[in-house]
Amino acid sequence: MSAKPRIATASLCGCFGCHTSLLDIDERILQLVDLVEFDCSPLTDIKTVGDCDLGLIEGGVANTENLEVLRAFRRHCRTLVAVGACAVNGGIPAMRNAFALRECLEESYVRGVGVYHPGIPRDPEIPLLLDRVHPIHEVVKVDYFLPGCPPSAETLWTFLTAWLSGEPIAFSYHQIHYD
Amino acid sequence: MSTTLRLDGREIPFTPGQTIMDAALAVGVYIPHLCHNPDYAPHGSCRVCMVGVNGRLVSACTTAALDGMTVESNTETIAATRRSIVQLLFVEGNHVCPACERSGSCQLQAVAYYVGMLSPHFPQCFPQRPVDASHPDFMIDFNRCILCELCVRASRDHDHKRVFAVSGRGLASHLVIDSPSGLLGDSQFAASDRAAQVCPTGAILPKHRGYEQPIGQRLYDQAPISVVGDLRAQPGGD
Repeated sequence: MSAKPRIATASLCGCFGCHTSLLDIDERILQLVDLVEFDCSPLTDIKTVGDCDLGLIEGGVANTENLEVLRAFRRHCRTLVAVGACAVNGGIPAMRNAFALRECLEESYVRGVGVYHPGIPRDPEIPLLLDRVHPIHEVVKVDYFLPGCPPSAETLWTFLTAWLSGEPIAFSYHQIHYD
Repeated sequence: MSTTLRLDGREIPFTPGQTIMDAALAVGVYIPHLCHNPDYAPHGSCRVCMVGVNGRLVSACTTAALDGMTVESNTETIAATRRSIVQLLFVEGNHVCPACERSGSCQLQAVAYYVGMLSPHFPQCFPQRPVDASHPDFMIDFNRCILCELCVRASRDHDHKRVFAVSGRGLASHLVIDSPSGLLGDSQFAASDRAAQVCPTGAILPKHRGYEQPIGQRLYDQAPISVVGDLRAQPGGD
C-alpha cells in the first residue's frame, strides 16, 4: 500500500486535551492525513498498536493498563514522544502522590459526599491503580518531550512538520510553555 | 589601573569588589540566576549562574571580578550544565505549572524556558510537605521552595524580623518559620514585608487573589527573562 510514515497516539492518565490540541491544527489535518497514516489512536478504530514510525503519548502512568499500553507503544514505535505536562512529569494527576492511594479511593468510593453502596471497585476487569502517578520516562525510554498543558497546536505542528521533513526540531519562545 | 573583564569576548568595566554577576548586571548582560537578587548578599545556592573561568565552572554571583579575567557564559557546555541544574530543581519539588498561580510570572519557570528545558529528565521526588495556609494574607507551598533563602535574607536584612530559616540536612533541608507553632500565621510575618515579595517561585503566594492576569499578559508571556528581567525587579511586582 503506501509508504507513508505511520503515527500512533494514545491517552494514558490524560484528559484528551493534548489530542484536542492536536486537532486544533484545524484544516491542516487534511495536509497531515495526506502525509501520514494513522495507526492505533483514539481517532481511529484500530484496537492494538502495530509497527509505527512515531508514537505520541499523552498522560502519565497511573494504572496497570497504562503500563501495558505504554510498553506496547515503546515496542512498536521507532520514535516515542511524551506529549503534554502529564506525560512529561505526571502533571496534575500526580498531585494525588501527596496522598496514600487508599485515602484517595476511600474518599471517592466510601466516605465521599453522596456515595451510596460504598465500596472500592474490585472487579478484575478494572485495571488496578498504581500507588503513584509516574511520568512516562520513568517506565520507558522517551525520545522527545513536548511540554505544555496542553502543548499548543502550533507546537505540535512545528514538531510534526520538522519530524516529517527530517529537519532539526526547534521551537520559538512562544511555542514552549509548561502551563 | 583599568579594571575590565572579558565576558564572551566583550570588554566589561567593573569596580573592584564587584562580582562577575554585578559587572554583568551593570551593563545589562543577562546571566541566568535564581537565588541572586542585587538587594541582598550573594547566596550561591542555586548554581544556575555558573560561568567558565580558566577552564573551571564558578558561580558568577559569588566570584569576584578580576582585572583581565576571561569569562565564558554563552557556550553549549555551560547551557547544558545550567539545564541539568534547573531540571534537578524541578524534580526535587512539585512544580505543577498548570495548577500554579505563579505560572507565567515565575522566575524558576522563566529560567527553565531560557535554558531550553523541555522536560525535567530525572525521576521525580514527589515531596509531601503540607501547605501552610495559617496566615490570613499569605500561604506557603513548601513543595515549590527551591531553598534560595531570599525570604530568609529579606526577613532578616530588610524586615529585621528573622521569620524564616532553612533547617534539616541534605534532601531533607526545608524552610522553617520562627513561631511557637512553626506556622506562618503565628509568626511576625506581614503582607507588607519585603520577604512576602522576593520568592522567585510560587512557594510564597498572596491569598484571596489568583489568576488575575490574562494569559498573554503575564510577566514572561511576551519576552524571555533575559529581556524582561527578574520577577521582583518589576515595580509593584506581579
